[in-house]
Amino acid sequence: MNNTSECIHAQRLTFAYGTGPNVLDIPDFTVHAGERVFLYGPSGSGKTTLLGLIAGVLQPEPGTLNVLGHDVGSLSSAARDRFRASHIGYVFQMFNLIPYLNVRDNIALPVRINTERRSRLNGSLDEAVAEAAAHLGIEELLDEKVTRLSVGQQQRVAAARAILGAPELIIADEPTSALDADRRHAFLELLFSNVQEAGSTLLFVSHDLGLADQFDRSLSLPDLNRAEG
Amino acid sequence: MLLLHLARKSLANRLLTSSLTALSIAFSVALLVGVENVRTGMRESFSNTVSGTDLIVGSRGGTIQLMLYSVFGMGSPVANISHETWKEWDEHPAVSWTIPYALGDSHRGFRVIGTNASFYEHYKYRGGQSIALAEGRQAEGVFDVVLGAQVAERLEYAVGERVAVTHGMSAVGFMNHDEMPFEVVGILEETFTPVDRAIYVTLEGITAIHMGWESGAPPMPGEEITADEVLAMEEVPVSQITSFFLGAESRAYTLQLQRDISTSEAEPMTAVIPGLALSEMWQGISYAEDGLRVISAFVVLVGILGMLVSIYTSLEARRREMAILRALGTGPRRIVSLLVLEAGLLSALGALMGVGLVYGGLIMLQPWLEGRFGLLVPIRMLDGVQLAYVGAVVVLGFVAGLVPAIKAYRTALHDGLSVRV
Repeated sequence: MNNTSECIHAQRLTFAYGTGPNVLDIPDFTVHAGERVFLYGPSGSGKTTLLGLIAGVLQPEPGTLNVLGHDVGSLSSAARDRFRASHIGYVFQMFNLIPYLNVRDNIALPVRINTERRSRLNGSLDEAVAEAAAHLGIEELLDEKVTRLSVGQQQRVAAARAILGAPELIIADEPTSALDADRRHAFLELLFSNVQEAGSTLLFVSHDLGLADQFDRSLSLPDLNRAEG
Repeated sequence: MLLLHLARKSLANRLLTSSLTALSIAFSVALLVGVENVRTGMRESFSNTVSGTDLIVGSRGGTIQLMLYSVFGMGSPVANISHETWKEWDEHPAVSWTIPYALGDSHRGFRVIGTNASFYEHYKYRGGQSIALAEGRQAEGVFDVVLGAQVAERLEYAVGERVAVTHGMSAVGFMNHDEMPFEVVGILEETFTPVDRAIYVTLEGITAIHMGWESGAPPMPGEEITADEVLAMEEVPVSQITSFFLGAESRAYTLQLQRDISTSEAEPMTAVIPGLALSEMWQGISYAEDGLRVISAFVVLVGILGMLVSIYTSLEARRREMAILRALGTGPRRIVSLLVLEAGLLSALGALMGVGLVYGGLIMLQPWLEGRFGLLVPIRMLDGVQLAYVGAVVVLGFVAGLVPAIKAYRTALHDGLSVRV
């Protein structure tokens, strides 16, 4: 929907919890559409806050953060929830899955929550889920309980869920830190190929600098953030 | 629909906790609905203690007292009515039948009632059921005795047995009329009413017991009348009865008869319509069932509270789940709805199981309740009150769900996408 080159653009973005000190103060930060960006974010660097702002769980000052052409700060909380559901795929470090749903229902969940994202599917929901699962090599696991999966399998289910319905922006918050080196590499490969196919932008946050050279561009949050962590 | 799907799966995931919670609600609902059922059964049993009788007539006094000593075998009459007065009303054109009752004696703690053949023919209880003899025959002779079912069972008397009847209502009285040898000639079938707890003789039999007692004191030595002397009499003179049951030729005469009897010049008398008096008496004792109802309401409250606690304590473990739902774009309000829905589903399930328990229990226990206590608890559709109870429990469940839901709402807002424990 947004053909301009900027996917995320933050300018003079500050954030404080309540009346506390600023935990985030970013003069300028841009992610271009279609980019795969590695963001180095050790703990205490304001990573959680930045991702919360981009995803619209936290509310920035109006005019300071633009995501996919939307001024996040001027959206209502309900509109930000809808925006996130429709345009952003999110992968956590671990425990990505709803424990009482099976793999199929977990993958389908964001599309069930958001009708706009559903309308972008080619074909039926079942087909789309099966396709996403096939892309990540977990098609045999569709009817498994998620509690039976290994951590690597869980992360792949989470990735399939994030790319379903091809959201414009995929945020991956340390998705590989629970995996061993071999699986980490395989997971990244899968993630890259799926993100590319979906035409999404990838914002990948990690404290593992060793992964940085596999991305188009790498940034360091401690450098971006002027606030005292 | 999605929320319903999630709520269902989430509950199923915590199957043990969910089913125990639902079960505790089920038991409380079963108690609430069951109490109502038993209450209905009790009221119906009570108001059917005597049926088919239009009026009960005794000497002037309280209606409840008259009911107590005539129907329930409790308390004593203040005065008697004369045999002639009874006969007059017995032959009244608007009167179809009467059953005379002569009270005042007991045998080993059970009341002795003098009556006549009309009792066996016209006495009805519980929706027009007639009394019937399980064994033997009706009392006809002066010394014939018919036992109520419970009397026969307790005292282990059989037909043909000779018994002594006491004057006055004490089982240990030393002034036993041992010289009057009564004989059991019949045993009534069980009715589960006070009929079972009495001994029936003829009016002449009652009179015979009192011969020589006319002054109110025991007969002087040498003045006792022996059984042989009674038997030798051509006719035992009956002068008094205590009360009589009356069936009118038509229901329409009942009120007129009641007025006529109450204002009768011959003798001061009271006539009561048993159905009316019974429901009046029920009103008097129904505060006990209100208490029962209050207790069951509290049990329901405890059940709902248990559910609230169980959902509330599960929230800590579900913070991660809430963060995931938030990341997928679920608004905090939908998280509230999800938890409220879970609570509502649990209480609805509990209510349904509770109703099932009541019906299951009734089907199994109904014969036993009737056999043991004479309490016929009807199996029928839930009435309006019961449906309202069940509905209230479900609504209460939804409302109670708001408590953990609001807590989850706050946590979800605070946690956002990360769980800070």
